[in-house]
Amino acid sequence: MIVLEVVVLLLVAAGGTAVVLTRDPLHQAIVASFYGLLLGILFLVLQAPDVALSQIVVGAVALPLMILLALAKVRERRQ
Amino acid sequence: MSPRLRRRVFLVAAGAVAALLLWGLSGLPAFGDYAGTYGTVLNRVAVDERHATNVVAAVTFDYRGVDTMGEEFILFAAVVGVAILLRAQRDEAEEPPDEDADDRRAPGTSDAVRVLGLALLGPIVLYGIYVVAHGHLSPGGGFQGGVVLATGALLVFLSGEYVTLRRVGPETLLDLAESAGAGGYVAVGLLGLATGAAFLANVLPLGQPGTLLSSGMIPLINLAVGLEVAGGLVLLLYEFLDQTLVMRRQGYDI
Amino acid sequence: MSLLPYAVAVWLFLVGLYGIVTSKNLIHAVTCLSVVQSSTYVLLLAIGYRRGGTAPIFLDVPVGTPAVDPVVAALALTDVVVGATVAALLLALAVQAHKRHGTLDPDEFRSLRG
Repeated sequence: MIVLEVVVLLLVAAGGTAVVLTRDPLHQAIVASFYGLLLGILFLVLQAPDVALSQIVVGAVALPLMILLALAKVRERRQ
Repeated sequence: MSPRLRRRVFLVAAGAVAALLLWGLSGLPAFGDYAGTYGTVLNRVAVDERHATNVVAAVTFDYRGVDTMGEEFILFAAVVGVAILLRAQRDEAEEPPDEDADDRRAPGTSDAVRVLGLALLGPIVLYGIYVVAHGHLSPGGGFQGGVVLATGALLVFLSGEYVTLRRVGPETLLDLAESAGAGGYVAVGLLGLATGAAFLANVLPLGQPGTLLSSGMIPLINLAVGLEVAGGLVLLLYEFLDQTLVMRRQGYDI
Repeated sequence: MSLLPYAVAVWLFLVGLYGIVTSKNLIHAVTCLSVVQSSTYVLLLAIGYRRGGTAPIFLDVPVGTPAVDPVVAALALTDVVVGATVAALLLALAVQAHKRHGTLDPDEFRSLRG
């Protein structure tokens, strides 16, 4: 296995752990966005550009956006 | 069960599951020694049979078209579900945003963000259309392009022009686009039935591989899926944003 | 060492599950669910990878160059978009649950109110 694959795989594992261990949803949304980018890089290294494009657009933009919007709705109701 | 006990039980179970999974997965061929036949066959014949140079798109929309139709309808159902769940809450403040209200201005977006957002809007919409249209030639397709198009709508919101966005993209138009996308997929499939072949068979002229108008009905399906994904995601955005903006107008701090 | 991608997939799956099990906030649990889903994408793409292969796009390479498996890429790519939309549905459910019970803590949803 070449070094690039090993490094990216270990980074993805560390990123997933970081997403789970971040307990506050607001901070977790930012970490999840970065994790989505890491996954996109892994998919690119595994020679799947379609999946990488999909993952970058969804995991780094759309998913954290929806988490933040859900948080905003919950926060306003708390008042 | 107390949280600590739950955590311990889970760790024990997770250890057992991990051991079992790793034992099972070690029976696969080693990483990098792909030995399947289906993929190798498809890589050889797909370009000749379908005149599509993106074999992944040919697999998604042609060879396994029925599966993708099911996935598209999952997306449709999820958007409908979100609309139902969040609409029931609008019994508080059910007025559309008032454009001329003095207190409507949220904490103003800086000019740099506004200019950048609106300047990037055109290129992003163009890029989304490019990705949807070239799905059968290079990496891309309806799903990716649809999400990129929805990101354009998000940029408009970030630039603070949400009310303009609502005027340019009214909800009825988006509902129409999304339903046209979902129905369009089935309509293309019925086209196959109408000409005597199977449902979702590729019956349109195949053209030259590498040109925009090739691969028969794959560009049509890409268009339908792109419409549906873009419409669905922008509708999701509207559902989540509506209540936030009404509350902001009434002076709540988001 | 060639077991590393599969080990990473198993690790992501279990870490995501751990997050869901020990979560104190429904929105945190939904994000951990997306980590669990990502483990399946890693597993799929690792199975389809061919050493020395290129992407299965034959626009400028001749047909017949060794390429990776297109079928698993097709499975993963629709899965990514649909998974995010289902996560949006779950977030809407979480927002509604917060409205009914006033809290996002899953341990508080004990009694079913009629």
